[in-house]
Amino acid sequence: MSIISGKIIKISGPVVQAEGVSGLKMHELTMVGDMELIGEVVRIEGDIATVQVYEDTGGLKPGEKVTGSGLPLAVELGPGLLEGIFDGIQRPLNVIKEMTGDFIPRGVKANSLNREKKWHFVPTKARGEMVTGGEILGTVKETPLIEHRILVPPNVSGVLDYIIKEGDYTIEEIVAKVTKDGTTKDLKMYHRWPVREPRPYLERLEPYEPLITGQRIIDMFFPVAKGGAIAIPGGFGTGKTITSHQLAAWSDSEIIVYIGCGERGNEMTEVLLTFPEWRDPKSGRPLMERTVLIANTSNMPVSAREASVYTGITIAEYFRDMGYNVALMADSTSRWAEALREISGRLEEMPAEEGYPSYLSSRLGEFYERAGRAKTLNGKYGSATIIGAVSPPGGDFSEPVTVHTKRFVRGFWALDSNLASMRHYPAINWLTSYSDYVDYVEKWWNSHTEGKWKEMRIRALDILKKEDELKEIIRLIGPEALPEPEKLIMEVARLLREGFLQQNAYDPIDTYSSPEKQFKLLTAMLTFYDEASKAVSKGITASKIAALPSVADMAKLRMSIENEKVAEIDIFLNKVLDEIHKLEAS
Amino acid sequence: MQISMEYRGVAKISGPLIFVEGISNVGYDELVEIKSEDGVVRKGRVLEINRGVAAVEVFEGTSGLSTTKTSVKFLGKPLTIAVSTEMLGRIFNGIGEPMDGGPPPFTEDYRDVNGLPMNPYSRDYPTQFIQTGVSAIDGMDTLVRGQKLPLFSGSGLPHNLIATQIARQATIVGEETGFAVIFVAMGIKHDEASFFKRSFEESGALKNSAIFLNLADDPPVERLVTPRSALTLAEYLAFEQDLHVLVILTDMTNYAEALREISAAREEVPSRKGYPGYLYSDFASIYERAGRIKGRKGSITQMPVLTMPNDDITHPIPDLTGYITEGQIVIDRDLHRRGIYPPINILPSLSRLMKDGIGKGKTREDHAPVASQLYSAYARAQDLRSLSTIIGEEGLTDKDRDYLRFGEDFEKRFLSQRFDENRSLDTTLGLAWKELSLLQESELTRIADKFIKMYYQHP
Repeated sequence: MSIISGKIIKISGPVVQAEGVSGLKMHELTMVGDMELIGEVVRIEGDIATVQVYEDTGGLKPGEKVTGSGLPLAVELGPGLLEGIFDGIQRPLNVIKEMTGDFIPRGVKANSLNREKKWHFVPTKARGEMVTGGEILGTVKETPLIEHRILVPPNVSGVLDYIIKEGDYTIEEIVAKVTKDGTTKDLKMYHRWPVREPRPYLERLEPYEPLITGQRIIDMFFPVAKGGAIAIPGGFGTGKTITSHQLAAWSDSEIIVYIGCGERGNEMTEVLLTFPEWRDPKSGRPLMERTVLIANTSNMPVSAREASVYTGITIAEYFRDMGYNVALMADSTSRWAEALREISGRLEEMPAEEGYPSYLSSRLGEFYERAGRAKTLNGKYGSATIIGAVSPPGGDFSEPVTVHTKRFVRGFWALDSNLASMRHYPAINWLTSYSDYVDYVEKWWNSHTEGKWKEMRIRALDILKKEDELKEIIRLIGPEALPEPEKLIMEVARLLREGFLQQNAYDPIDTYSSPEKQFKLLTAMLTFYDEASKAVSKGITASKIAALPSVADMAKLRMSIENEKVAEIDIFLNKVLDEIHKLEAS
Repeated sequence: MQISMEYRGVAKISGPLIFVEGISNVGYDELVEIKSEDGVVRKGRVLEINRGVAAVEVFEGTSGLSTTKTSVKFLGKPLTIAVSTEMLGRIFNGIGEPMDGGPPPFTEDYRDVNGLPMNPYSRDYPTQFIQTGVSAIDGMDTLVRGQKLPLFSGSGLPHNLIATQIARQATIVGEETGFAVIFVAMGIKHDEASFFKRSFEESGALKNSAIFLNLADDPPVERLVTPRSALTLAEYLAFEQDLHVLVILTDMTNYAEALREISAAREEVPSRKGYPGYLYSDFASIYERAGRIKGRKGSITQMPVLTMPNDDITHPIPDLTGYITEGQIVIDRDLHRRGIYPPINILPSLSRLMKDGIGKGKTREDHAPVASQLYSAYARAQDLRSLSTIIGEEGLTDKDRDYLRFGEDFEKRFLSQRFDENRSLDTTLGLAWKELSLLQESELTRIADKFIKMYYQHP
């Protein structure tokens, strides 16, 4: 392959034009200037190519070299991904710190995956076997939590001529040789895959199992299925990041890919600090052992921000191909869209809505469609769930990124600034949020809740909706003028809001609710409503019921009863019901 | 060593930009010296290079330049400023040149004003409580070291007063370490600048302060460099000299206006309200220079001030700022009209790093639940206030009337304080419990019983 090389003629921010480069391919990785900054071809006209550069272009001069690599922008997939923290183009930030100190200079070169570390490889195939792309060659215990399954690259197949015996090897050592039609390919424990190309699978399947997040409003009311795509839109201060962190910490996926895309540096620090401390609820191991972090904070180069979501989803797909359930959090997709807009502006493209390029919608679609549950090439089942935070300007959900995102996701957790200013967290608005996954996960939930999940959720949402209507009436006539049954609804709705929907991420007990606890809590509140309604119909006032000492305590059950002791909720409920019956008797 | 190139004549002058043709060996973002006919030298920076033409922004403005008799010298290096600890106590213009008539300070190092992005892996998480002595902030929206917490204000509101009060009173309780204030004025009025200078002098804070001034009638291009010069000094003081630096940036709205002006002169595609599409990234390159680094003693805490055009919090300037900063303190016109100082509206205000800076061993164990309860009670009081204007207080329940009384009292006793009143955290929390005790004990659902037993004051 001949190397194509030309000269810079134009520099404008992260966008550089070079001439004399006919033959460069679209999305080819290029080295720009004497410092060999990393860039990607985004437009070609005749022998002039436009390159977006993933590093700061200060000091670049016209006339400096632009050299093609012949390869598209790709990520390295193999052992060493977990517990890693990478920038938008998969450079390891911890290694860069060792190399260059606390600030990131330009032109740093570092391998994505550690070349020296030895991994204990256990082959699962034998010499002479036929292998096809995506099959599992062997395994590596990458972290105590996760077994890394070494895959044949998707585009390779043939007869296994050679496979190394069990032992400790670096990822550069050849572990297998595959021959097809007389040509032999050497396989290592890692391979490269272009980020903009979805990884193949055998068959796409419908989602059916909920992603259990331990967050009550999500699991009970607006569930997401494993392999689904959900958006969390919200203005600043509404808790997008905390919600994303909670999902990364507690959701029952086996692998977490967390992309900090154009967000605050201190937030990534928080993740880096807390994840090694937080424990996986099942195994008790540090959460970091199942996590890959991609950090391209807002002050890092804008085009690498554009690449970071692709880097993240490609890594997520790779773990899906091993047969894992993967959850990917992208915080925030709006910053990614803004990076598209900024680069588009530099390319002098015709803008569509609010300066965003006309291809915004198709790019969003391509990204969210990479979520899904699939039968992988090796016959296992895996899923990639995408949870995308959206940061609409001014909290206005009619702006282009939110509107177009809504077309490609099937769930919408609308964060509400009014709830946030009342410190009602998570500030997910129960009236404007929705989830299309309810029907998919209904079977799973019903089998875990004595068949009652769907009915309970409808009843509870109904009470909350009635509260909203009654509030309008109260605004006109005052609360005292309401009939008693309506007053009771107001009290029960308040109980639901304060005792169920609100959840304190910083409370050691409240931060995670097991499905059983969620079910028991909601059952208790709905049973309380039924019994209190009966009492009200017998002439007892709603305010008398609300003033019962145990009713106030009911709102605090979420913080006082641990997941392992949910039976206490039933005992507590009996106490409440006793008090109501005593009221009736007196 | 590179030879710097000099060119006679420019092709085009447009607003603050000049275009130089026939250039070679000129780097992007390079520093430029522009000499006009009368021999005065101005500074500028390369904004774009396109097929032998360089677009240069001139910091001092282009007034008086001609296309034929201007000579342009490309210096082959980015804009750097001289930094040193001797800069404390002095006043500079936007590109770090002394403005107080004194000699240039002894230079310890030269630094590129753009800085480099801090590696997220190197950051240390901010957890140290800064006591500002202002109840609304310490109690409800606590500031921590290494945080960036802006004041969202409006024209005619006392944000400057509050910023000065914070700069004067901010301390870490029980710690005597080096503390420096860097005050960055961007496009502010002369009398505002002299107010700051005077109050810094009066309080004796000037000797620990460096002031960077770019006033309303100074060139807008220089305004874009002003915060970067100041933060370059801040990084030097914090990470080389172990000082805790508080940077006050006022007014970011003027900065953004300057950015829009330059963007329009470059004929870029605008996004919202004519601001360039990269406003977010540009803001981030300023705000993200706050923080702490593992293994280094100093820190940079930022308090940007911005005036929301038309008091609109959804305007791109406060909006994009809020997405980058770790919370915001919102100054409210209605409270100001009612004579409450500081008129901080706690409902839309937020400090994201508060949770890690307060609590047992840092402030007090009941701090977080008390703040949370005050929020929800005040939010409810505000709701009821608007309700009672329609249906009258008689239509409310007794409990609701408690909340109304709480709301009034909270504003008058907890929020309000004098400009020179420095409250300790215990005073602030004591006041908070006094307010909460106006409500019935059973209303305090967010506070654990043990704290209620300890602090609740029965009537």
